Amino acid sequence: MPQLGLLPRRAWAALLSQLLRPPCASCTRAVRCHSQGTRDLSPQQMVVREKILDLVVSCFKRHGAKGMDTPAFELKEMLTEKYGEDSGLMYDLKDQGGELLSLRYDLTVPFARYLAMNKVKKMKRYHVGKVWRRESPTIVQGRYREFCQCDFDIAGQFDPMIPDAECLKIMCEILNGLQLGDFLIKVNDRRIVDGMFAVCGVPESKFRTICSSIDKLDKMAWKDVRHEMVAKKGLAPEVADRIGDYVRCHGGESLVKQMFQDPRLSQNKQALEGLGDLKLLFEYLTLFGIAKKISFDLSLARGLDYYTGVIYEAVLLHTPTQAGEEPLSVGSVAAGGRYDGLVGMFDPKGHKVPCVGLSIGVERIFNIVEQRMKTFGEKVRTTETQVLVATPHKNFLHERLKLIAELWDAGIKAEMLYKNNPKLLTQLHYCESTGIPLVVIVGEQELKEGVVKIRSVASREEVAIKRENLVAEIQKRLSES
Amino acid sequence: MAERAALEELVKLQGERVRGLKQQKASAELIEEEVAKLLKLKAQLGPDESKQKFVLKTPKGTRDYSPRQMAVREKVFDIIIRCFKRHGAEVIDTPVFELKETLTGKYGEDSKLIYDLKDQGGELLSLRYDLTVPFARYLAMNKLNNIKRYHIAKVYRRDNPAMTRGRYREFYQCDFDIAGNFDPMIPDAECLKIMCEILSSLQIGDFLVKVNDRRILDGMFAICGVPDSKFRTICSSVDKLDKVSWEEVKNEMVGEKGLAPEVADRIGDYVQQHGGVSLVEQLLQDPKLSQNKQALEGLRDLKLLFEYLALFGIDDKISFDLSLARGLDYYTGVIYEAVLLQTPAQAGEEPLGVGSVAAGGRYDGLVGMFDPKGRKVPCVGLSIGVERIFSIVEQRLEALEEKVRTTETQVLVASAQKKLLEERLKLVSELWDAGIKAELLYKKNPKLLNQLQYCEEAGIPLVAIIGEQELKDGVIKLRSVTSREEVDVRREDLVEEIKRRTGQPLCVC
Repeated sequence: MPQLGLLPRRAWAALLSQLLRPPCASCTRAVRCHSQGTRDLSPQQMVVREKILDLVVSCFKRHGAKGMDTPAFELKEMLTEKYGEDSGLMYDLKDQGGELLSLRYDLTVPFARYLAMNKVKKMKRYHVGKVWRRESPTIVQGRYREFCQCDFDIAGQFDPMIPDAECLKIMCEILNGLQLGDFLIKVNDRRIVDGMFAVCGVPESKFRTICSSIDKLDKMAWKDVRHEMVAKKGLAPEVADRIGDYVRCHGGESLVKQMFQDPRLSQNKQALEGLGDLKLLFEYLTLFGIAKKISFDLSLARGLDYYTGVIYEAVLLHTPTQAGEEPLSVGSVAAGGRYDGLVGMFDPKGHKVPCVGLSIGVERIFNIVEQRMKTFGEKVRTTETQVLVATPHKNFLHERLKLIAELWDAGIKAEMLYKNNPKLLTQLHYCESTGIPLVVIVGEQELKEGVVKIRSVASREEVAIKRENLVAEIQKRLSES
Repeated sequence: MAERAALEELVKLQGERVRGLKQQKASAELIEEEVAKLLKLKAQLGPDESKQKFVLKTPKGTRDYSPRQMAVREKVFDIIIRCFKRHGAEVIDTPVFELKETLTGKYGEDSKLIYDLKDQGGELLSLRYDLTVPFARYLAMNKLNNIKRYHIAKVYRRDNPAMTRGRYREFYQCDFDIAGNFDPMIPDAECLKIMCEILSSLQIGDFLVKVNDRRILDGMFAICGVPDSKFRTICSSVDKLDKVSWEEVKNEMVGEKGLAPEVADRIGDYVQQHGGVSLVEQLLQDPKLSQNKQALEGLRDLKLLFEYLALFGIDDKISFDLSLARGLDYYTGVIYEAVLLQTPAQAGEEPLGVGSVAAGGRYDGLVGMFDPKGRKVPCVGLSIGVERIFSIVEQRLEALEEKVRTTETQVLVASAQKKLLEERLKLVSELWDAGIKAELLYKKNPKLLNQLQYCEEAGIPLVAIIGEQELKDGVIKLRSVTSREEVDVRREDLVEEIKRRTGQPLCVC
């Protein structure tokens, strides 16, 4: 990944407005677009995507994860009731007389189904695949309906917090490797959230709905969130204020210690469990050398229903342009948590398999990298061709065909123009426009002498090589560059 | 029991009420009130042993890929992609679904096998049936005149699955296509060269590529006396010759499809022929066939193709086979299909084809169906049928008893005594930061034996053992799992030593 400097504030604003641009509106041309909220990926975009996925997958592999894959759709009944409020956003397949099917909404529920189905008790796996959500494009601009997720999960009954710590280590390794600038990982715990609500006086029936208000604190100001809770959700104002005191807290290990001493929170068994686990987690994160990237943040709530313990979310930071400025977060790029009850929902006997995992939001990362490249006018090669087989003369097609087959059979990446009698200039232009570094030129004189010319496209230097030494010479030059 | 049923009914009604309110976007307070009621009702129901109303399975015709199958898949894709890249192809991706109208009318009789998405108030969508039609749509939409691209992705067909024979409803295709107006047969020859390179590299046994041409087929039918209206249906009968005998095919054509017997016989004379370029030359002299303009075009193109294939060194793998027909409607010129051959049990036996593993052809009219002005972009391409190849490679590995590792871990960080978790965490983190693939057991005080066993099962070659005495001495014991040899390595030299043993470059890449 090329290391580019971070952008000044104005450029960030321009970038953000471009990121929030609405997806392709319906076309007026006769050739219909791809469907709303989806897009093709051009060769340029694919190169960027593959670099990113490569980095993510090699990190997963470095941690000993096995790959797996599941079908694009599941039996509808598998997916029902797993996503809480978001259930309405699933794509259903038409009832064509067979089973009722839906496109998968994430990779976690299929994973739980896989574990239950195959009676697997322990597994460390990664899964890179597309998921589909019928987000309303008018409400959520810039969000695609088909997008890629990269998930890593550790399933199994283990000693506490070791796998959880490894998940956070992985998130840091990936975000560091992608060189997207400074980042922060917010950490919290479902039990602390619920405990906090309890001690603040939130009625149990309102837990989930207050939770989703709190979740908006990364996008909305506290007073707006407070207003929603009090005016729209009927929460008593003093309860809201008590919540406010907590959710503005964020810090490191010391905050965990502080919360242990909190007179109200320390009375709540659930919260204490969560705090105890976080304390242990921070110990391990320190040993992993990443504690300074982690912030215990009491405002972190996270949408999905199935989390049961630690939850985390990574955000990219914009470095302050002046001293004292708050870092501006530009949205989450990775998230995850512990979900101990999900597999049990699939297992016929309700057997639980505790799980903890993370999901990398590659689409957002992909957008950021793409925008950065556009801003800096960066272009990438879309092919890996090393040699163009060319000729200045007419009637040399057969010679080119023989020669190129020799190169392919030796494993060299080579192309030729699909013309019987191409002009040399055209062939050289093709090299320049596609970034091919070497040309092998065969002509009448060379043929008589039993040689071919190798030409470096960049330096324009040409040298004649004996035909039988050609492959070795090319391989030597390619390994040197 | 009746009470329970009544309660379940109440739960269902209340659930519907909640869903209705949410859809109407009623006030949050009202919704939450009704949700609370629902939860209370559900709590009354209590735990339900018959909660499991569904069977735990993947949809019909689909399957998960286990880690072992993923490892095989990755190996196969690696070989295929390397070949595509060697030939200078770019890569693209398209969405899993297309507008229904994009796919309509492109697949002939197979159209009924398309998966539709439910009408949920938006556009009508269908899951892609292949990668070729999306490609043509992509070309037309972006007004591209030429591109050489590959695309590897899953496609969806509501077929009758035969999973034992590798026929699924969701399966991978690996497509390579060259679009553009070029001098004849050069790209077509490259497609065949690619097919041969891939099938050779995969080492799945001997293979043969059958080649024919749509124009030769149509010309042949014409001069044999097949009525125009029966062309396609007779074509699909002829297509079955790779699986059934000529007698059976003739019966179908005459008995079921109403073809005159003498017409069938004339067809028989042609379609039972296969050979190399000499057969092409022979047919160019054929008194009847040479009278047909279409057939002549096809034969001439095949003659040129064989010249190029000889220069590519693969003409011994190619057979001009007049019985090759191929299903899809959009082919306009050369068509080809690669089949694996069983090695003959005795000398002189004919190799028996065991099914096609790759196929393709030229399709010059497809992009024009999408372009608003009907602008044509000639295309030629191939598709590798990887699902069958996966099972063959898997079987081969099992037969060779080759263990397929499902992880790439190089080192397990282990401890010999209790209370060494901290040290293990520190060390494994050091290894990860240096780019080494490492694991540790998620136990505070694992037994050494269990840790060693874990390595043997997972195929991890090295163990880095932390012990109390070694810690004091500033060393780590590095143990080879296979040879069981142990050596003390200084802590600061450990990374380098591991990289040396695993053949990794010393820089962190």
